[in-house]
Amino acid sequence: MRPEVALPILIPLLAGALSLAFWRSRAMQRGIGVVGTGVMMLSAWVLLYTTWQEGYLVMHMGNWPAPFGIVLVADLLSAIMVVLAGITGFATAIYSLATLGKRHEHFGYYPLMHLLLAGVNGAFLTGDIFNLYVWFEVMLVASFALLILGGERAQMEGAIKYVTLNLVSSALFLSAIGLLYGLIGTLNMADLADKIAQLEDPGMVKVVAMLFLVAFGIKAAAFPFFFWLPASYHTPQVAVSALFAGLLTKVGVYALFRVFTLIFSLEDPFTQNVLLWMAGLTMLTGVLGAAAQYEFRRILSFHIISQIGYMILGLALFTPLALIGGVFYIMHHIIVKANLFFISGLIYRLKGSYELRELGGVYRSHPWLALLFLIPALSLAGLPPLSGFFAKFILIRAGIEAQAWWLVGVALLVGLLTLYSMVKIWSEVFWKAAPPSAGKTPEPRTRNDALLYLSIGGLALLTVLIGLGAQPVFVLAEQAAAQLLDPRGYIEAVLGGEA
Amino acid sequence: MPMYSLILRSASHFLLPLLLLFSIFLLLRGHNEPGGGFIGGLVASAAIALYLFSMDVKAARQVLHIDPRELLGWGLTLAVLSGVPAVFWHQPFFTAQWLTLELPALGEVKLSTVLLFDIGVYMVVIGSVLTVLLALADADDARH
Amino acid sequence: MAFVVGGLYAAAIYMILRRSIVKLVIGLVLLSNAANLLIFTLADMSRGAPPLVPLGALQPAGAVADPLAQALILTAIVIGFGVLAFAVVLIHRAYEVVGVDDMDKMKDTDT
Repeated sequence: MRPEVALPILIPLLAGALSLAFWRSRAMQRGIGVVGTGVMMLSAWVLLYTTWQEGYLVMHMGNWPAPFGIVLVADLLSAIMVVLAGITGFATAIYSLATLGKRHEHFGYYPLMHLLLAGVNGAFLTGDIFNLYVWFEVMLVASFALLILGGERAQMEGAIKYVTLNLVSSALFLSAIGLLYGLIGTLNMADLADKIAQLEDPGMVKVVAMLFLVAFGIKAAAFPFFFWLPASYHTPQVAVSALFAGLLTKVGVYALFRVFTLIFSLEDPFTQNVLLWMAGLTMLTGVLGAAAQYEFRRILSFHIISQIGYMILGLALFTPLALIGGVFYIMHHIIVKANLFFISGLIYRLKGSYELRELGGVYRSHPWLALLFLIPALSLAGLPPLSGFFAKFILIRAGIEAQAWWLVGVALLVGLLTLYSMVKIWSEVFWKAAPPSAGKTPEPRTRNDALLYLSIGGLALLTVLIGLGAQPVFVLAEQAAAQLLDPRGYIEAVLGGEA
Repeated sequence: MPMYSLILRSASHFLLPLLLLFSIFLLLRGHNEPGGGFIGGLVASAAIALYLFSMDVKAARQVLHIDPRELLGWGLTLAVLSGVPAVFWHQPFFTAQWLTLELPALGEVKLSTVLLFDIGVYMVVIGSVLTVLLALADADDARH
Repeated sequence: MAFVVGGLYAAAIYMILRRSIVKLVIGLVLLSNAANLLIFTLADMSRGAPPLVPLGALQPAGAVADPLAQALILTAIVIGFGVLAFAVVLIHRAYEVVGVDDMDKMKDTDT
């Protein structure tokens, strides 16, 4: 009996319910927002600590034994993801205190945010594939509503694309679950992994695996299913964008990691090749798309795609080192990306524009902000000693060891191009003199700005810490990868050893 | 709202308490027989919806006393909290806990966390259905 | 049954590829129903007694139907219903804001 496993799901659910109950009181909702996400983050750290100490944590919901009931399972990967979700959620809650207007809050921003976090954590922690689908839907419904918060034209258009693609992906996911259940007759992931090996029809398994790949590929915005992401991510409120950018696609990536290490084996060369190609092309298209953009948030959106490529590369190479790199990359990326979106929002507040051409001179007026931007930006591009350098370094080293030369080349090239577009933002927004007709008049400075700097500075500090203290993080990722490579432990933990 | 019908209006005054009672009956007998929080909640919201149709939005809100969204929130809170007591007996969340009481008049009464959960569901269903209905009715009023 | 499922998938994809958003939503409805029906078909739905265990026994008496597939489909239908209700409201709002029912004209956010 491990109550820790369920807490990261229950806390945001409870916080969301309470902030609905205090519908009329804005102050109450804000308070619950910060406290709820804060407590959730704490529970996530506790979870990580206990999984680190004791290995797998399993909880059978409602005391139904596996594989009949729904189980929640935490291994190190899930625990890491939950911690990241907690950090991002907490930072977003603080950030949104200062940026969201009354109109947005009245529309139900806080309950939705908690619901989204509950869905994300549920997806990370569940050990049942249909339950994974349910959590995906919880997360999606919340994200749909958050996406159109405000109801501007661009948001509507972005939302239609986002909703359509995600519904298609959900339907595919559901079909794949149906096929899998028809084949094997169980939905518990550990049980599935146990029984799929005994199946005598490898062709059918491959079909199902590909269906899962497409479904999660859409969610993770991997090539060639990424179109919805740059069309929608730059439209909502910045706090929402940051939350999405940090977490949503990563849930897709997590699902890929989970399903393809646990249930489907990557030793099959066909599946592995498909994943490798996906990884390479995702990196390349994402970064090329970003290079062509001149809008702050669109550049960032395209970079999400190229970064997803790196993570999938880590999975696709499927060597211990590559998986370590993949996990490390996820950790680094979520924090950095959310932070970059926060900064873009802050600059919008200061200068009233997202267009690079209309911006400029921020370095002169806000040198500290410029420094804070440089930390995540250079980390994203992978310069030492920041966190991105180690993530990329591990991955490329794994690529060299696996002798996947063209992928190593692509990864290096993409790193270079990322640096290019970060430098582009730097020189356009911060360095060059402000253009004379600098958009709208900047909003008056309020004391709320301190909150923005607090969340941005906190995340930047984390980036530096991951970079400087790379060794413990590496060990953590190493353990997580070792667990991924050896699914027996997971299966035995869930089914209670007799499997 | 332009609709006015004397028969409907008088009938709904009598039907409202009856339907609400029936919904509570459905809620309470749910565990071992057809019924439960979901169905009970639907019946209760149908009762209030009937009242809404025969009177108007304002009257329906008054009958409800509380903003349906808050009802939704409290119901959800209750449902989530009903899973928590199991932890104190060192069992996983949502393991059903039963408390059997011997009451002199009623005989044996079983109270359980399942019932709490069902009451939560009941409130969530009423809250969500009425949130939608009242929002639609408001939009309709605004148009006229 | 298999042909019905296939037909539904085909119709759904055809509808999704149309330019009108209303047809797009109809396509999504069909797609989710196709997926539900697929589970229904694949899980070998059979007539059987409800899987209830009699009082005092440890096993249900005789052969029973598989309850899991029904539970899956029920859950999926409820979720699908909620999401589709949202989608319908979304296209209604989008139509009010954008004023066209044509996907080709909705490219403000494309790059």
